[in-house]
Amino acid sequence: MVAHARADHPDEACGLIAGPEGTGEPKRHIPMINAARSTTFYEFDSEEWKQVYDQMWDNDEEVVVTYHSHTHTEAYPSRSDAGIASQMGLPDAHYVLVTTKDPDIAEVRSFRIADEVITEEPIEVTGAPEAVQSYKFAHTPDSTVYDCH
Amino acid sequence: MSIEVRIPTILRTHTGGQKLVTGEGDTLAKLFDSLDAQHTGLKGRVVTDEGALHRFVNVYINDEDVRFIGGLEAPLADGDQVTILPAVAGGM
Repeated sequence: MVAHARADHPDEACGLIAGPEGTGEPKRHIPMINAARSTTFYEFDSEEWKQVYDQMWDNDEEVVVTYHSHTHTEAYPSRSDAGIASQMGLPDAHYVLVTTKDPDIAEVRSFRIADEVITEEPIEVTGAPEAVQSYKFAHTPDSTVYDCH
Repeated sequence: MSIEVRIPTILRTHTGGQKLVTGEGDTLAKLFDSLDAQHTGLKGRVVTDEGALHRFVNVYINDEDVRFIGGLEAPLADGDQVTILPAVAGGM
């Protein structure tokens, strides 16, 4: 997600991680086209989203994580992020925000969004030790910061 | 004429949790009227009071985004499949 956000900077990047329905396990990373191609807005490309959704439907997968980047603000959902997600979003998904405003430090935070209420949740890094070691990371009281040199 | 409609998670509160429902109609507008009769409130989440599609919902007939094929007046044929998806968007 961070690499995708860096690659698309200064535009916002967006995408999702799919997983088997009902497990909540993020298994398949799918970078999406930002149809808005904007530094301040993102929207899944309608045609690509339909293709991805069809694959997920056929595989009995669901969206576990939906992410997007902010390119010059905090990794925190904006008012329109929360409004759109509440009105017509992905209610079971973790909304992950990545900020690329700092060229050296990418901050990654995760939220649940429902009824215009934003609730932050902790991120736990798991997997092979070498996968984790490729990042330096440190926890602050309310966020997880990845140092992606 | 029966049309299968794939319902996104956020709208399954209107369908008793069902992800796939069926409706009738030879246009998308008529299909949503038919769906709303069985699944109260569903139409209002997709179609505005003025009779247009909500900005952040995508509706497809087969693989076509209906915004490019006539919107709610887009014609339906027996066996067509309709998919409703959240647009997934935001901005700072």
